[in-house]
Amino acid sequence: MTPAVKSSAAVQQSDVVLRYLRPHKKFPNLWCPGCGNGIVMSSLVRAIDKLGLAKDNVVLVSGIGCSSRMPVYLDFQALHTTHGRALAFATGVKFARPDLKVVVITGDGDCLSIGGNHLIHACRRNIDITTILINNYIYGMTGGQISPTTPSGSVSTTTPYGNMEKQFEACELAKGAGATFIARTTVYHTSQMDRMITEAIQHRGFSFVEVLSNCHTYYGRLNRLGQATALLRMFQEKAARGKAKSIIDEESKDMIVTGVLHRDDEKTELCDEYQKLLDSLSKGKA
Amino acid sequence: MPQADRQLMMGNTACMHGAIYAGVRFYAGYPITPSTEVAEGCARELPRIGGRFIQMEDEIASIGAVIGASVAGLKAMTATSGPGYSLMIENIGYAYMIEAPCVIVNVQRGGPSTGLPTKVSQADTMQARWGPHGDYTAIAVAPSSVAEAFTETVRAVNLSERFRTPVTILLDEVIGHMQEMVSLPEAGEYPVVDRAKPTCDPADYAPYGPTENCVNPMPAYGEGYRWYATGLTHDPRGFPTERPDEIVATLERLRHKIEDHRPEIDKVRADRMEDAEIALVSYGSVSRTALQAMMLARGAGLRVGCVQLQTVWPFPLEPLRTLLQNTRKVIVAELNMGQIVEQVERIVPDGGRVHSLLRYDGELITPHQLIDKINEVST
Ligand SMILES: Cc1ncc(C[n+]2csc(CCOP(=O)(O)OP(=O)(O)O)c2C)c(N)n1
Repeated sequence: MTPAVKSSAAVQQSDVVLRYLRPHKKFPNLWCPGCGNGIVMSSLVRAIDKLGLAKDNVVLVSGIGCSSRMPVYLDFQALHTTHGRALAFATGVKFARPDLKVVVITGDGDCLSIGGNHLIHACRRNIDITTILINNYIYGMTGGQISPTTPSGSVSTTTPYGNMEKQFEACELAKGAGATFIARTTVYHTSQMDRMITEAIQHRGFSFVEVLSNCHTYYGRLNRLGQATALLRMFQEKAARGKAKSIIDEESKDMIVTGVLHRDDEKTELCDEYQKLLDSLSKGKA
Repeated sequence: MPQADRQLMMGNTACMHGAIYAGVRFYAGYPITPSTEVAEGCARELPRIGGRFIQMEDEIASIGAVIGASVAGLKAMTATSGPGYSLMIENIGYAYMIEAPCVIVNVQRGGPSTGLPTKVSQADTMQARWGPHGDYTAIAVAPSSVAEAFTETVRAVNLSERFRTPVTILLDEVIGHMQEMVSLPEAGEYPVVDRAKPTCDPADYAPYGPTENCVNPMPAYGEGYRWYATGLTHDPRGFPTERPDEIVATLERLRHKIEDHRPEIDKVRADRMEDAEIALVSYGSVSRTALQAMMLARGAGLRVGCVQLQTVWPFPLEPLRTLLQNTRKVIVAELNMGQIVEQVERIVPDGGRVHSLLRYDGELITPHQLIDKINEVST
């Protein structure tokens, strides 16, 4: 239920989002009512607004999936690419034009299944790209098949008898591959999400933010977990907030550890290193 | 050009120099024989002129990065061979759809699959036309010497910029690895084309609008035009559409922007065709054999001429129709099981006039094989 009087903070927040919506684009959007993708989109806008980035300097790159539709709604440069390949395209954009801020929007299938190879190599290169993984535990766009993050035992349209596979722990994977800023948050924790995305964009190097999100339409329905609000409540209850000791916290096994999980400000960034090469070669010539 | 500037150069290296001459400043690729020298040359030369080289994790990523660099504003290229070209196909289709200028060099080797990594082939000719799914019109060029590896690469980059489209350079193992004496041209000797940029108010910019010549201007990122590109079928603004009229308009524009400008794209080289009774039609490395065979046949008093396809796609229908009109016999020679011969048959309808000489054992066609064929068809 919508409250009769919106708080002034809420009014301000939605104003910010309106200022960043793409002109000419016809609405409503493609997402189901209650989908977490819109919550992440607003948070991204607030982060960019807070950082004062010029619209012309921001490039959103996405793959294919419900989540990957986000760039069409926002008034930035936008490259909506092929399934799984957003990070490959984004690497080209950033490496060609290091002056641009490049943000990748991707889903759990897009990023971790078909795009898994590009993810680990982007992490390894420590190229200055911010990746926002919207993990809804399932393939939304194709109608509810398992993804590499679907919990064991869960029902999907391709695991009608329950998922017998193990999951990727996305943040652990990113850490092992060399990402230098890693955070996790959920669509319930919007102010934390704002902070995480802001810090990720500020970080010079490969930053990775996993946002746990709700796909009540498929994941929720097929597993009898209820509607959007029920899934949000689950995030609220399960989140262990604050500074985590490690990505997989043994003490809070059943909990979702959120916050900044890993940070390394020492490692060199790829475009910076290449610039040094360009500078030394042009000095040699002079 | 003074003799002193002449140097012994490999076809792949000439291709790299041609790309740089035409303004390519970004290369992303993944090593594969027999194309790797293009990457190695770019890794060495590009940073010296402020350009950028990156070795990606695979060919899917390579062409992705190339397209990303292209929309960001740089002229971009990649080089590969059969297995890598196959991996690139989905993203090449994406480049057709979003109309991203870029150049893909395929130094052909034997296939299918891993095939013959170090042996020559021309079996990817049809793949260069019909690789990605869906309807679009492709451009592909085929050099037949080290000097042409340079000039045709310049032309390929120019065509990609002019028509906002991916262009494939069909090199083959022989041309790629062959060494010849060449002298590289000075700046200004060959024209260099840059993509047209929009000058309109950003609020009015339609990246896929129905322009007169079907090619829309394209801004670099950061120039105030915050456009949206998608592989989904889109309307003039670039937004996804399922409206039949908009679908048709987009697909027809993709076709017309190439088809309506064939005179700018068609390119064939004719030798001794004025009085030729027998025409040898070929492209790439086989055109060298054809020239040699023509000399031998002329020596024996046979009126033989050569037609080399420098543009392979779109198939140069009109120039070829004119050249072949007065010939008695046409021999199409290629290193595959018969890909271009079917195109020639389309324009020389009189059955029995077109013959083909095919070889697909990893070796070049020899002049004597062609002489035998000439003797066979002329009796
Ligand atoms: C090469 C390729 N394979 C398969 C598909 C079909 N496909 C579209 S979206 C998708 C999965 C999307 O799931 P996810 O990345 O988790 O994003 P979500 O829709 O849940 O946001 C698949 C398999 C495709 N578009 N391209």
